[in-house]
Amino acid sequence: MSREVAVREEGLLTVRELRIAFASGHALLPAVDGIDLCVAAGETLALLGESGCGKSATALALLRLLPAAGRIPGGEVWFAGRDLLRLPEAEMRAVRGGGMAMIFQEPATSLNPVLTVGHQLAEVLERHLSLAGQAVRQRALELLTAVGIADPERRLGEYPFQLSGGMKQRVMIAIALAGEPRLLIADEPTTALDVTIQAQILDLLRRLQAERAMGMLLITHDLGVVAQMATRVGVMYAGEIVEEAPRAAFFAAPRHPYTQKLFAALPDLARRGSRLETIPGQVPALSAMPAGCRFAARCAHAWALCRAQAPEWRQVAPGHRLRCHLDGGQGAAWLGGGVAVPVAGPAAEAPAVTPPLLAVDDLRVHFPIRRGILQRTVGHVRAVDGVSLELVRGRTLALVGESGCGKTTVGKAILQLIQPTGGSVQLLGQQLGERSRRALRPLRRRMQMIFQDPFASLNPRLSVGEIIAEGMRALGVAAPGQGGGAAIAAVLQQVGLPAQAAGRYPHEFSGGQRQRIAIARALAVQPDLVICDEPTSALDVSVQAQILNLLASLQAELGLAYLFITHNFAVVDHLAHEVAVMYLGRIVEQGRVDEVLRAPQHPYTRALLSAVPGPRLEAQPEFIRLPGEMPSPARPPGGCHFHPRCPQAIAACREAYPASSRLTPTHVVRCHLPGQEESALTVSGMKTPPCGGVTG
Amino acid sequence: MPDLPFLPVLLWSDLLIWLLLFGALLLGWLSARNPLLCAAWQRVGRNRAGIASATLLLAFVVVGLLDSLHYRPRLENGSGPAAGGSVGSAPAYAVEVLSLLDELLAPLRTRHEKTYSEPLATRAHAKEAIEVRTPDGELRQVRDYPRLRHGGAHLGADEARHAADIGERVLHGLALALLAWWAVAAATAAGLARAEGGTPRAAWRRIWHGDSGFAWNALLAALAGLLLPAVPMALLAVDYHVFGTDKVGQDVLYQVLKSVRTALVIGLVTTLVMLPLSIFLGVVAGYFRGWVDDLIQYLYTTLSSIPGVLLIAAAVLMMQVLIDTHPQWFATAAERADLRLLALCFILGLTSWTGLCRLLRGETLKLRELEYIQAAQAFGVTDLRIIARHLLPNLMHIVIIALVMDFSSLVLAEAVLSYVGIGVDPTMISFGTMINNARLELAREPMVWWSLAAAFVFMFTLVLAANLLADAVRDAFDPRLAGSA
Repeated sequence: MSREVAVREEGLLTVRELRIAFASGHALLPAVDGIDLCVAAGETLALLGESGCGKSATALALLRLLPAAGRIPGGEVWFAGRDLLRLPEAEMRAVRGGGMAMIFQEPATSLNPVLTVGHQLAEVLERHLSLAGQAVRQRALELLTAVGIADPERRLGEYPFQLSGGMKQRVMIAIALAGEPRLLIADEPTTALDVTIQAQILDLLRRLQAERAMGMLLITHDLGVVAQMATRVGVMYAGEIVEEAPRAAFFAAPRHPYTQKLFAALPDLARRGSRLETIPGQVPALSAMPAGCRFAARCAHAWALCRAQAPEWRQVAPGHRLRCHLDGGQGAAWLGGGVAVPVAGPAAEAPAVTPPLLAVDDLRVHFPIRRGILQRTVGHVRAVDGVSLELVRGRTLALVGESGCGKTTVGKAILQLIQPTGGSVQLLGQQLGERSRRALRPLRRRMQMIFQDPFASLNPRLSVGEIIAEGMRALGVAAPGQGGGAAIAAVLQQVGLPAQAAGRYPHEFSGGQRQRIAIARALAVQPDLVICDEPTSALDVSVQAQILNLLASLQAELGLAYLFITHNFAVVDHLAHEVAVMYLGRIVEQGRVDEVLRAPQHPYTRALLSAVPGPRLEAQPEFIRLPGEMPSPARPPGGCHFHPRCPQAIAACREAYPASSRLTPTHVVRCHLPGQEESALTVSGMKTPPCGGVTG
Repeated sequence: MPDLPFLPVLLWSDLLIWLLLFGALLLGWLSARNPLLCAAWQRVGRNRAGIASATLLLAFVVVGLLDSLHYRPRLENGSGPAAGGSVGSAPAYAVEVLSLLDELLAPLRTRHEKTYSEPLATRAHAKEAIEVRTPDGELRQVRDYPRLRHGGAHLGADEARHAADIGERVLHGLALALLAWWAVAAATAAGLARAEGGTPRAAWRRIWHGDSGFAWNALLAALAGLLLPAVPMALLAVDYHVFGTDKVGQDVLYQVLKSVRTALVIGLVTTLVMLPLSIFLGVVAGYFRGWVDDLIQYLYTTLSSIPGVLLIAAAVLMMQVLIDTHPQWFATAAERADLRLLALCFILGLTSWTGLCRLLRGETLKLRELEYIQAAQAFGVTDLRIIARHLLPNLMHIVIIALVMDFSSLVLAEAVLSYVGIGVDPTMISFGTMINNARLELAREPMVWWSLAAAFVFMFTLVLAANLLADAVRDAFDPRLAGSA
């Protein structure tokens, strides 16, 4: 009994020496190896780590919801005075939802599509609170109100498909709260959401936790989310917690080399124009865990002891402990980390007067909506509605926006993968539209695309050599045969892969290596323009840094122009020369990076920038809360598309779509407000730009 | 032309069967060269149920292949004195077409009884009036079960030894089977020991602990399961009718063995007809979408909304009329029956491609949105090349699964169609015709059950083995399951 008392004093949840393994044939592959955790009521413990380090397995093991192959060979999970690993399944059901509840990453798949929201809420209420009838409805309404859903009466009777992504995640949180849990496990709760929605959800979680004094175990890979949410932080690497610290100490002075590297690999303004720190190699496989320190193989400071012996916990400050043999590992070393070869600063000078490589004028892509037996067109989804861009050789234009704003469609329409409905695309002064496929082929080798998901963009049935050779053969760049082999080896070397990789198959490579292969495939035809469609969003931070470095050095070497489609402002800040912000199929603000990111003029740009959680504690700009979500491009609001969500909307916004106002020769914004403030600033205006923007 | 003792006959279905075998060998060769396919087949090799059923299927296939080498034996023309003078004339060949299997099973094929007899019986199934000579030399008519002409004839008058003789042969057969199995198993262990190094004893232990990369234990177990009943049966079949005889006194064991080829032809040739149609139309519909997709969808929804049996009946009856009005096309009855079998395969193939086509269309719709297809389009790769290089290889697992799954349902379909009288030629032995005949036999008193039982056991084994193999193949080729296996 004394032990249980001790546990109660320690906190809500205490995990001791928890080990998780996955059965593979006769062998057990350890995924999590003896982790200790403790979460007190009202506290948020953030588990931080890259994919494959065992964060999600830990969360599932706490609820005993591991997949069929998962085993728990040892450990204790003390929750509310009981060891959950020894509870019978029937009692465990009362703990799930009633004691601990979980929020999953993907709101789209964690709600049952054939049950109404009310039904799914009632299920939990009936099970855990034994409510029935009117009481269930009453409680469900309260919960929906608590998670900030407007008009909860109507939403109760709706099905998940009628809700937007952010709304679904709110409903999911309401369901998790329904059983009045004392601990909330949130597994990457905002990874699938846009930044503005992410900010809303994080806000909500913080508020609910404070109201209910819940403990929270937050699993994430995003340092920015950790900075906003955590009380304490645990860093996981290869199935172990390697560092644990209170938030302030963690951000002020991370001690473990792995943590320091994670910070250093983040792209941001401080290291603009220089190479990012990368972590060489990758997380060791489950089947081949090294005997000593698991990070030794990738650690720059590793010495003999690291490889021979696994480090024990070491206390360095109150509440701050780590597993590392190095004791000279001084914090804050990372702050000046990225001192490697500074490449020519991207935003150095205005472009010389060169003819643009790519000129997009008033590009439109409308998808017809067909209804009825005769499939009559009843309307159009205006995915892209009048986008104009220019891009010169050797520069990077970032196209930024939330999901569904049409930025990927722009990329595909430029490549003529989607037939544009209107407007023109000129590459090297030649019109791309209205060409036959044969006539388009010589121009195809001038432009290539790198896709978002390196797992979907490589045909699993072809070897790497065949994948790279495909474009060369189709576009007649190199004769197949001997010359082809040498060309493939050269292009593989260019992206930092060995020539032997050509004979292997994509599934043998990690995500980052696959993305290198995809880049090699595009480079093989020697393009001038590369359209990068979120090339790093599916990758871990350390791998993202490698790919960004590679893209930067290729641009410096080959003078490539990038059209960089992304939603990640840190990447934009690091890499791009110019930025265009899209909202609902139109560009709302466009200009040089320093203009747009440092002095944003459009309220949407400001809101976006303020919603990005920064990976540090100080200098967080005030979050501009955007109500609602992006409307459907099938029925855009009248007037300025953004006015229903705009905090500064005025009467003119409801009436007409604003014309573009040119603030400087390069900075263009489509908003009524700047024009109102200084009406003298028209298209020809060449005065100093107004400085109403949020700086920082 | 040299005087052959026989005239080879190549039936159309033989040609297709050997082509299929060649195709399977080609696929095997291609798989061995492609590491991905190779890995998938290795996963099949590790699956115990899959290997056991593959072993059984292989036995069926060997029977079917032996039955697919046809010839017409030369008639002995020296028998009659009238024919003796014509030395220079062309040799005459029998009208009857035989197969290698017929030759091997010659005793079974030729030893006809008068009518029904039970399995392993020495006397007929029904009483008859027999004339018996009494010791005093008088002929008397007795109503009794007559002795069979062949079944147990070697016992002579000593009919009491019947049970002992059967027991002896079974024990003998079991001993022989065990010996043969032991020899094969020992040879396997020795071979494995030589290939991988180590002692035969260690290899033996590895086989039975399932540690090797191939499910040798399942193969050996299936072999034991095959040999233990087969060898005693073979010994018994020399002098008895193991599964009895049918209405016209034909050995039922011979009939079920002959049915195997019919089932294989129906199962394999039909998929051969079906595959090109469903692959081509499914992929084209999914890839090009638009009006091509509409057209193909209309085609298969129309086709699959007509009752299949009706369509098949109409086509088979038309074919029947065509065959009956052109007797001059066929040199032998076997060729006529063969053409009808092939016609049935084609008709079944033309009506059953819709399912796989729909499946492939759906998968293609999904695949064409994947980024590697778009990357190929961004290179300006032609549509045909995208289909051949990017789509087809990624659809192959579905095709292989469908192929093996359809096999068993087609074998069953043949039985059903023959039962309603629109299946194979009545002269052709098949599971369907056997089951059809059993309809009347079951109504007799006492019941004649062995014909149906034999057909059932053989067909059940064949279909079950095919289904289990299909399961193993699906698990091995499904990319979603491949990771977890």
